[in-house]
Amino acid sequence: MRAAVNPGRVLLAVIAAAAMAFSGLPARADDPWPDIKRDVFENRDIAEEDGTISLEAPYRAEDAAVVPLTMRIPASVARDVKTLTLIIEKNPAPVAATFHFGEAAGAGDRMLSTRVRIDMYSNVRAVIETTDGKLHMTTKYVKASGGCSAAAGKDMDEALASMGKMQIRTFEPATPPTSSPDMREALVMIRHPNFTGMQMDQLTREFTPMKIVQEIEVKRGGVLIFSVEGGISISENPNFRFTFAAEGNAPIEVTAKDTDGRTFTGTSADKAT
Amino acid sequence: MAFSLVSARRDLALRALLAIAVLSAAAASAYALEPFAVREIAPGVFVHQGRYELFTPRNEGDVSNAGFIIGRDGVAVIDTGGSPRVGAALLAAIRARTQLPIKYVINTHMHPDHVFGNVAFEAEKPTFVGHHKLPRALAARAERYLAINKELLGDEAFAGERIIAPTLLVDDKLELDLGDRTLLLEAQKTAHTDNDLTVLDKKTRTLFLGDLLFVEHVPALDGSIRGWLALLDQLKQRTDIARVVPGHGPTSVPWPAAMAAEQRYLDRIAQDVRAVIKQGKTIDEAMRTAGLSEKDAWLLFPEYHARNVSAAFAELEWE
Repeated sequence: MRAAVNPGRVLLAVIAAAAMAFSGLPARADDPWPDIKRDVFENRDIAEEDGTISLEAPYRAEDAAVVPLTMRIPASVARDVKTLTLIIEKNPAPVAATFHFGEAAGAGDRMLSTRVRIDMYSNVRAVIETTDGKLHMTTKYVKASGGCSAAAGKDMDEALASMGKMQIRTFEPATPPTSSPDMREALVMIRHPNFTGMQMDQLTREFTPMKIVQEIEVKRGGVLIFSVEGGISISENPNFRFTFAAEGNAPIEVTAKDTDGRTFTGTSADKAT
Repeated sequence: MAFSLVSARRDLALRALLAIAVLSAAAASAYALEPFAVREIAPGVFVHQGRYELFTPRNEGDVSNAGFIIGRDGVAVIDTGGSPRVGAALLAAIRARTQLPIKYVINTHMHPDHVFGNVAFEAEKPTFVGHHKLPRALAARAERYLAINKELLGDEAFAGERIIAPTLLVDDKLELDLGDRTLLLEAQKTAHTDNDLTVLDKKTRTLFLGDLLFVEHVPALDGSIRGWLALLDQLKQRTDIARVVPGHGPTSVPWPAAMAAEQRYLDRIAQDVRAVIKQGKTIDEAMRTAGLSEKDAWLLFPEYHARNVSAAFAELEWE
C-alpha cells in the first residue's frame, strides 16, 4: 500500500514554506548554499576549486530534464576518494546523488558522468570527501528551468512498459592501457520513469506519486566500483558512465532498487543476448 | 549546388523578413494581428500561416498554422493558435465568411501553439476533438505549459488562457460529418508527439498534418524519431492526398514533395546519433556534432536542433 502522505505534496509544501521563510530576508538570503553546507556537511571546511575534482556541465541546458554532467578526478586524488556528493542547489531536494566508491573504481584517472534534472537556474556542486576526512568542491552555474516538473517521458506508455530494462556496455580503451591497473569505461542505463512526485496529473488533480530508483550498486566481478543513492534529480532512465579498473573479462554487475521495493539486476555478460 | 542556391534564396528571404521586422517595429501597429490573414487553399478550406518565431508578447503566440473547413451544416476548426487572442482572431476570420455553427474544434497535438486558442471558441459550444492520448498529455503538462508560456507571451496575450482538453477522442479513426463533406481523423502512433492526429478533408483531399510536417521551420522532436520517420514513409505511400497543410510552413504544400526536407533532416540526425552511440560517445558529444550539415537549411535551427539531438539520443541509445 502507498503511504497516505503524498511525497509530492510534502515536497511542495516544504518548498513553499522555504520560499516564505526566505522572502522577508535581505538580498542574498535566498542563497541556499549555507543551509545545504550546514545540513549535508555539518559546516565543515570545504576546499574550493583546488584541482581535485572538475565538473563539466552545459552553461545553458537544452533540455532541463536531461542535463548531462561529467565529473573527473585525477589519479593522484582518485585513490583516496571515499564519496562524491552531487548537489543542485535550487532543486527541491538539493542532494541529487551520493556516490560511494569501492576498490574496483581503480586508482587511475576517474570519470563519472550522469544526467540530471535542473528545476531553475542553479549552481551545481560536486563535493568529494577523501580518506583523510577533507572535503573538496567544484561549482558550475547552469541555466535551466522546469526539469523537475517536466512531464516524464515523451511516450508515457513506452516508459512504463519497459521499466526495469537495463543496458550495460563496456568500452575498449581509446588508446592501449599504458598504466596499471587497466582503466576502462562502462555505461549503465536503467529504464525507469523516475517520477519526481512534482509532475501533476490535472485530470485527477493529483501529483503522480514519486517513484524513483534510489539505490544502485555497480560491481566488477563481485568487487564494488561504486554505489549511489539517488533522488528525484536523476533523470528519467538513469544513466551512469564511469571508469573502472578492469580485471580480465570480469563482468559489470548492477543491482538497482526503486522506491516501490522493486529490484532490477543486470550484468555486462548478458550483452550478447 | 541546389543546396547553396536554396540557402542564398533563404538568405534573401531572411533579409526581406528583417527589413519587414524593422519597418513594423517603426510602426508597431502594422504588426498587430488584424487583419488575420487566411487563405482558401481549396474550396471551403482555409488556413492561416503562423510566423516562424518562438512565443513573444509581440507575436501574441501567432507562430503556428491554424485552419478551418466550412461544410453545409457547420464548421470544423483545426488548431487554434497559441493564445486566446489568436483564437479570437481565427474565430473572427471564420465569422467574416460564415455564420454556420462551429461544430468541431480539432487539435492536432498537445503543443501550446496549437491548443492555447481553444478557449476563444468555448462560447460557440463546439465539440473539442483530439487523439485519445491528448487529454493525458495535456494534463501532465498543463501547469508547466501555463507557467512557462505566461512568461513568454506576457500578461496581455496570455490573458484568459485556460487549457481546454478534447472530449471527443479518436482511438484509431473517426469520421466527422459537416453535411456535404466528411473529415477523416486518424490517431497516429508516437511521432512528433505521442498524440498526433491527422485530419483529411475527403472532398478536396486536403490533409492537415499538424506538426508531423514542418516546412522551413526546423522540426521539433517531442515524441519518437523512429516513429516519425516510419510514419513519413507510410504517409508517402498514400494516394488519397492532393495537398497537405503543415503545422509550421506555407499554408498549402504539395505531397509528398514537401516532406523531403524534413525526412532528410530527421534521417540525418538519426544516422549521426547512431554513429555517435556506436563509437561509444556521449549525449554531449552528439549534441555538439550531430546533424550540423542541416544548419543552413532551416529557420530557428539554433532554438531547436540541439534539443532534438538530445531527444533522439535518449531514444536511440536503447536500440
